[in-house]
Amino acid sequence: MPSTNQADLLPALHQLQERFGYIPDDAIADLARTHNMSRAEVVGVIGFYHDFHRTPPGRQRLRICRAESCQAMGADALAMHASERLGVEFGATTADGEVTLEAVYCLGNCACSPAVMLDGELHGRVSTERLDAILAEGRGT
Amino acid sequence: MTQRIFVPRDASAVSVGAQRVVRAIEHEAQSRGLTVEIVRNGSRGLYWLEPLIEIESSGQRIAYGPVRPEDVAGLFDAGWLQGGPHALCHGPSEDIPYLKRQTRLTFARMGVTDPLSLEDYRSHGGLKGLERALAMKAEDIVAAIDTGGLRGRGGAGFPTGIKWRTVMNAGGGQKYIVCNADEGDSGTFSDRMLMEGDPYCLIEGMIIAGLAVGADTGYIYLRSEYPEAWDVLEEAIVTATREGVLGDNVLGSGRRFDLNLFKGAGAYVCGEETSLLESIEGKRGLVRAKPPLPALQGLFGQPTVVNNVITLGSVPWILAQGGEAYKAHGSGRSRGTLPFQLAGNLKHPGLVEVAFGMTLRELLYDFGGGSASGRPIRAVQVGGPLGAYLPESRFDLPLDYEAFAAVGATVGHGGIVAFDDSVDMAKMARYAMEFCAIESCGKCTPCRIGSVRGVELLDGMMAARPQQSNDDTLLRDLCQTMLDGSLCAMGGMTPYPVLSALDHYPEDFGLAPKQKEASA
Repeated sequence: MPSTNQADLLPALHQLQERFGYIPDDAIADLARTHNMSRAEVVGVIGFYHDFHRTPPGRQRLRICRAESCQAMGADALAMHASERLGVEFGATTADGEVTLEAVYCLGNCACSPAVMLDGELHGRVSTERLDAILAEGRGT
Repeated sequence: MTQRIFVPRDASAVSVGAQRVVRAIEHEAQSRGLTVEIVRNGSRGLYWLEPLIEIESSGQRIAYGPVRPEDVAGLFDAGWLQGGPHALCHGPSEDIPYLKRQTRLTFARMGVTDPLSLEDYRSHGGLKGLERALAMKAEDIVAAIDTGGLRGRGGAGFPTGIKWRTVMNAGGGQKYIVCNADEGDSGTFSDRMLMEGDPYCLIEGMIIAGLAVGADTGYIYLRSEYPEAWDVLEEAIVTATREGVLGDNVLGSGRRFDLNLFKGAGAYVCGEETSLLESIEGKRGLVRAKPPLPALQGLFGQPTVVNNVITLGSVPWILAQGGEAYKAHGSGRSRGTLPFQLAGNLKHPGLVEVAFGMTLRELLYDFGGGSASGRPIRAVQVGGPLGAYLPESRFDLPLDYEAFAAVGATVGHGGIVAFDDSVDMAKMARYAMEFCAIESCGKCTPCRIGSVRGVELLDGMMAARPQQSNDDTLLRDLCQTMLDGSLCAMGGMTPYPVLSALDHYPEDFGLAPKQKEASA
C-alpha cells in the first residue's frame, strides 16, 4: 500500500536508486501521486541530494574521498591517477559503461586515509597500486 | 577449550582487511584442528594498528596488529593463542599507552564488547542510566544533565540541559528526539565508531532524552556513507525492541519509546539541524530560518530535541554515575570528556577520549606521534571543514570551547586533521570555498554566491601569486559578508578556514609574509 505522506519520499527514492542505479523518469509521476506532491517537487528533491541520479550509472561506482584528511594523505594524486587510468573526469562514466567515477566528501575513514568506496565497499590506506588492484578485482580480472 | 579471538567489524578495520583476516584465521584454525570463536567487536580506535586482533588468554586480552592475512599462519606458529611473543604483539591491550592514557567514559565499552550483544552491554554497565532515569522525575533527569555540564558534541557546544528543558516545557503534545548522525566533517569518525561499536549506548541515550522531555518517538538521521553503521543499528533496534528496551513498555515501566532509522542522501548541509528536519520530512534540505527554534517547532512542526550521536551517547554515563562525576572532568566551562579524532597526516591516527583541557600539541605528538610522512606538521584543522587552520604557534592552546573561540577557532566535533609542510594553504582555502559552493543548500545569498566568488578570487590569487603582489582586501571583505549574513554555519563558518589560512600563511597566497598582526 503506497504511502501518501511526503515524509516517505526519501526512503522510496533510496529504494529506486538501489534497484535501478538511478531514478527513472517513468517513476516520477508515480512518486508524485503516491506522495501527494507535484512532479516538480519530486524532481526538486531528487536534484538536491548527491545520492540520487536521473541517468543510468556505470556498472560500478567508484567514489574517491576528496576531503581534507584524505588530501593530507595524498588523495589528490590518487584522484588524478584514477581519472587518468579510467580516462574520465569526476562525475563521468567510462566509455565501456563499466565505472562511474565520483568525488565524495568524507567516508568517515579519516584514520585510514586516503579512502575510496567501490560499490558500497570501503577501502582505506589506498595507494595508487592498491587502487589499481581494487579496480581489477572489481572488474573480475 | 574454545579460544576467543576478537576481530573488529568496524568499517575502518574492515577497510584495511579485517574481513580477510577473519577468513585466514578460520582457515588456519581449521587446518590445525583448533576450535576458535571469533567475536566481532568494535574498534579500540588505535587505527594505525588495524586490523588489531585480540586474543583472550588467562583473563587478559593480548593485542596483535596490524595483522595481514599472510601473517596469520606465523602468528599461530608463534603461539598467539597462548599470548605468545611476535613482532606484531603489543602485550595486553589495556596496557597500550595510547589507550591507558585516555579517560574513556562515553567510549568505555568501545572495542571491548560485542556491539550487538545486549547481555554484553548490560554486563559492562549498560542500561544502568536508563534504569535510574525511569525512577526519576523528568525535571531531575534534566537537572543531572545540567549538573554534568554536557554541551552539544556536534560542534555548536550548546548546553544540552537548556535544550532539553525548552522541549520539556513545550506543552504536552507529540514531541520527538532526533539524533543527528550525519557526521559529514572530514577528520571525524567518532559517531560512526559509537554506532558500529556500541549502538545500545546511543539507543539508551535517546530513550533517556525521551523520558526527560516527554517524547515517545525518536529518529536517527544516519548518513548514507555509513552502510555498516546502518546494518548494526538496524539489528540493534530489532533486538532492543524484542528485549523490551524499546517499544511500548520500556524495561517494564509502562513508558513507550519507538525508534526509527532514517537514511540521508549525501547532502553535507543536512548535518545542520533544520536542514536535517526538512530532509526527514521528505523535502529538499533547505535550512530554516530561526526562530522558531526546533525545540519549539521542529520535526513536523512539533517540539523536537536534535542532538548529535556523541551528545546522546554521553547521557547514559551521566545518568548512571551522576552529573557531579562527569563534571569532575574537564576545564573551564567545558566539562566532561570529548572523544577527539586524530586524522590526516599523523603517524598514530585514532580515537582519543580525554577530558577537555589537553593541548593540541599533546594530542598531535604524545598521542598522534607526529606526522606520518616524517616532515614537520605545518597546519592543523580542528573542527571539520568549517574549522580554522592552526599553525604551530597555536599548538599549546588548551582544547576547550572558550579557549578556541577566543582565537577565532572552534573545537567543533573534535576532529583534528594534520598537514605536513608540503601543504599549500591557498589551495586549502580554495577548497573550503569550493566545498561550500558544492554543498550550500542555496537558500541564502552570502553562502550560495559568496562561496562561488570566493573560489574565483582564490583562483585569481593563485594564478598571480608568483609575483607576490596579491591583495586580500576583497577576499576578506567577502568573508566578512559570509560571516555576518549567512543563515547557518555552512556559509557563516566557511570563512574560518579561509581567514585563518590568510592570517597564518600569507606567503602561500602571494601576500607579503606576515604583513599584519595575526588576528585569528
